[in-house]
Order: sequence, then structure tokens, then C-alpha cells
Amino acid sequence: MASNDTNLTTRPSVAVHAPGTTVSGADSADSSVMQLRDVSVYYGSYEAVRGTTMPIQQNQVTAMIGPSGCGKSTVLRALNRMNDPIPGARVSGDVLFHGQDLYAKDIDPIQVRRRIGMVFQKPNPFPKSIYDNVAYGLRINGIKGRLDDHVEEALTKAALWDEVKDKLRKSALALSGGQQQRLCIARTIAVKPEVILMDEPCSALDPIATAKIEDLIFELTNDYTIVIVTHNMQQAARVSHYTAFFTAEVDEAQERHGRLVEFSQTGKLFTNPADKRTEDYITGRFG
Amino acid sequence: MTLTAPPAARPAAGGPDLTRAALSGRRRFTNHLATAVIWFAVLLAVIPLALVTYTVIAKGGGVMSLSFLNEDIPNSYRREGGGMGPAIVGTLLITGMAALMAIPLGVFGAIYLNEYGKQRPLARIIRLMADVMTGVPSIVMGLFIYISWVLLVGEFTGFAGALALACLMLPVVIRSSEEMLRLVPDELRQASMALGARKWKTTLTVVLPAAISGITSGSLLAVARAAGETAPIIIVTGIVFSPNWNLFDGSNTALPAQIFRNASTSFPAAQDRAWGAALTLIVIVLGFTIIARFISSRFAIKER
Repeated sequence: MASNDTNLTTRPSVAVHAPGTTVSGADSADSSVMQLRDVSVYYGSYEAVRGTTMPIQQNQVTAMIGPSGCGKSTVLRALNRMNDPIPGARVSGDVLFHGQDLYAKDIDPIQVRRRIGMVFQKPNPFPKSIYDNVAYGLRINGIKGRLDDHVEEALTKAALWDEVKDKLRKSALALSGGQQQRLCIARTIAVKPEVILMDEPCSALDPIATAKIEDLIFELTNDYTIVIVTHNMQQAARVSHYTAFFTAEVDEAQERHGRLVEFSQTGKLFTNPADKRTEDYITGRFG
Repeated sequence: MTLTAPPAARPAAGGPDLTRAALSGRRRFTNHLATAVIWFAVLLAVIPLALVTYTVIAKGGGVMSLSFLNEDIPNSYRREGGGMGPAIVGTLLITGMAALMAIPLGVFGAIYLNEYGKQRPLARIIRLMADVMTGVPSIVMGLFIYISWVLLVGEFTGFAGALALACLMLPVVIRSSEEMLRLVPDELRQASMALGARKWKTTLTVVLPAAISGITSGSLLAVARAAGETAPIIIVTGIVFSPNWNLFDGSNTALPAQIFRNASTSFPAAQDRAWGAALTLIVIVLGFTIIARFISSRFAIKER
């Protein structure tokens, strides 16, 4: 990476906001690294998610839960502009990262994704060696020399080093599903993003691999901010500090929209939800 | 207690009978009939393949020798001996040059279609044109090059033949490469994108390596097909009897053209040379195919 400042524009660095400065606004007098303000996501003329406002706290795990089709993955992908290549996809409202609107005209989406990484639902290692998978992000970001050290560091942080240190030149496709997913996490943290987005990272894994990833998520909060989408409420309760509950609603025009129903500290959301819909969902009376 | 109970040939009373004998006669008959039909079809398909190979080897093997591969073509069909040296040189140079022009262009075109153009109007038009071009007869392509190149520079050249073959190969390379790029899972592109890779970097370092083995074998098969094209070579390269190593100056010749010319005479010596040229061409094409197989297995994504 060229520098550690958080200016994401294509122009040379002119500090717009110093790192860590919070955005003005009543609900942001805390350590939020990202802010969503009235964010709606459209696919063509269809409004998939309507009016989401929530903070993402620094070095905390924020979980997004809700039934299928409620737009939680859509919102997650809006956080690092992964929806850009989808024809017709559009975001309104502000997605702020250190106070900068990620959808402003002069923002370079590549710079955004270098600082806000993503781990996907299905483990998707490159068909290259284990070493090259981790080194890939370093190479494209122009990090030269001492690649070995960076690779080892990333694999160690992803709790995979001991299992793969003797077969770094072997194909990543030979690893088990859980190992592949930890490799994908290692690949993401190798480029040292600030925020890691995880889109149902355990849904393709068995319970043992899931437990390992959950432990890992907890460890990672020392250095990273994590946003995780999950179908699994127990998982959200176990790993997250904050939870956002989304649901799908049908409006007057008979169109389904995803909506954020409730956002609060995880303990509060699961023991004392403020909204009836949240309560119904977490107690299994949904539907 | 008996440890080695004899295997029960018949099920215990009440259990299902799983032996073949339990099937109805009609089902057993249908099964045998289907197997017999499939074997018959295989034999039928193998007959022409085997006959062609046998005939070419039997008739062409007689004249095959080192001097046949080396020597000049006699300038009279009637004359005995001589060889196919100039045609082998011509075939290798002309198809090599055609591959050099068509493969990079075709692969870049495929990258545009699959990675950038997708379903845009321009991409759809290019795809349609490539499909139409695949169906254009080679003689039409030869005439096109004759009009647009040979008449322009005023002489027959090997390069004109290479141009015609490149035009024939291009749509095949484009479409086969596009298919291979389409097989690369989107998850890989997304993973690369999420790491902050720009699109060209993703294409170059993730997508192309994942598709390279298929692209290589598809391209080499297109080369092998082009090596056997006759009509455009006859129309645009002219004829020579001694090797012309310069594609840009003077006429040239190639094996398919020599097969056509020699086989359509009534002189036994010329007909022998035609069979020899046919055998040489088959071996060259076989060589291309083996190289294609080798490269695609070499570059194939290793699972271990």
C-alpha cells in the first residue's frame, strides 16, 4: 500500500478528514469507523433495501441477521462497493468511512476495497499455491520484498500456519473447506485492511470448522473491525458486539424491500429487543 | 459358531430378490439390445477412420523417405522422384504466421467479449459476426484476400495465404477462448476485486491463468484445421517448386495445395507424391494435436 492514510480519492493525498475523526451527528459521538445514513440500494428501479442508518464500531464485530431476502448481504456489499459491477445497481444515502462518502464522485473503488476487505460465503481460493494465494494481494498492492514474512504473519493470524507451513507450494484447492475459508481470511488480512466484511463465512462449513472461524473472528478484533452477515442467530450472539436485525417488508405497491428493524448491542437485542418483529424472529415465531 | 457361513445364493424368505434373474424378460432383452446397438454404432464409426488412416499410410508410406521430405518438387508431374520440401516449408511458415496473427487477436477479442463487453450491443454484434464468419467457406475467404490483398500488392505471396488462414482461424479462436473464459468462476473475479485488484490485473493474473489450458488447446486445434485448408492457398499463394523461406516476397506453396494438384493428374508418379504429401500433412496435424494435449495438461489447474 502506498500509505496508510485514509484518503480514497484518485488524487494525491489531501487529508479531508484525519483518520479516526468521527462524523458530525448525534449518534456518532463514539468510535465508529463507518456510518450508514439513510442508505438505500437499488437494482435498476427496484429498491432492494430501504433507508438503512447504522454505525460500524471500530474493533468490534457487527452482525447482520435476518431472514433470506431481507437485504443484509446487499447492504454488506454496499460497504465496499462490491455491487458496482452489477448492471443497474445504485446506492443512495451516505456510506461514510472515516467521514468520507464512499459513493462520492471522485472516490476510487479500488482504494476503498484495499481498506475494506471481504470474505465470501463459499470459500473461493485462487487455483494457485497456498503461498501465492496469500501473496497475491501483497503483489497487486506493490508490496515488494520480505513477502515470506508477510505471508507467514497473515497465515498465523488466520490460525492456519501450523497446518500448512510444510505445504505452502501445494495447491490451495487441496485444502479442506474450513482450511480454504481460513486461507481466504489470511488472504484478506495480508493486505491489512481496516474493515473486514464477511458474508456468511461459515454457512458452507461443518461445526468444527465453524468454531475455528468464530474463534478467529474474536481474535481478529484486536486489529480489525468486522462486519458479518449470518443466518445463524446463535453465531451472531456468540461472536458479535452489535447486531443489526433486517427483515423484508411488503409496501403499498406490493414490492418487497429489505429494512433495518433494530440495531443495538448484541446482548440487548437478544435478551430485550425493542421491536416486536425482532422478538418474534429471535424466539422463532417469525413468519 | 461358524465364522465362514456360506454366502446365501437365495435371499431369506420375504427379502427382496436382487439377482438379475429376477428382472422381467422384456427388461433384460431391452438392455442387451441397447448394448448391441451401441457397439454396432462404434464399429460403424471406426470403419471410415481406420480405412482413411490405412489407405494414407499404405499408399503414402511407399514414397516416404528423408529425401521426400527434403527435395524440391519436380516441375513436371510426369517425372519420378522429387519430394515435398517446399510444401512442408510453406505449410509450416504460412500456418505459423497465421497463428501468430490470429491467436493473440482472437484471445484479446475473447477477453473483451467475456470480461468487458458481456451483453452490450457491440459485444452481441461481434459475437454474431464471429458466428457468421465461422460458417464462411474457405474459398470465399480466399477470394476475399485475393481481391483485398493480392490485387493490391500485385503478387502471390505466402503472406497472403497466412492472411486468409488467419481470417478462417480468428472466429474459431474467439469463440473457443470465450467459452473457456466463461468457465472461470465469478467467485475468483470477486475475490480478486475484493483484494483491491483492478480489472485488467484480475484478468491478467487470475482469469487468464485459470483458462489458459483450454485457450491453448482450442487455439492449436484451430491451427491444425487451418493447416489443412486448400482453396485459399491455391487462390492466393501461387506455386513454387523450390522452398521459398520469404513469406513476403514471391509465390509459395503448401501441402494441401500440392495434394490437390498432384492428385488431379493422371501420372502415377504425381499421384504417389500426393499420397506422400497427405501422409506428411496428417503427421504434422497429429503433431499439433499432441502438442495441444501436452500443453493443456501441463497448464491444467492442479488439484493437489
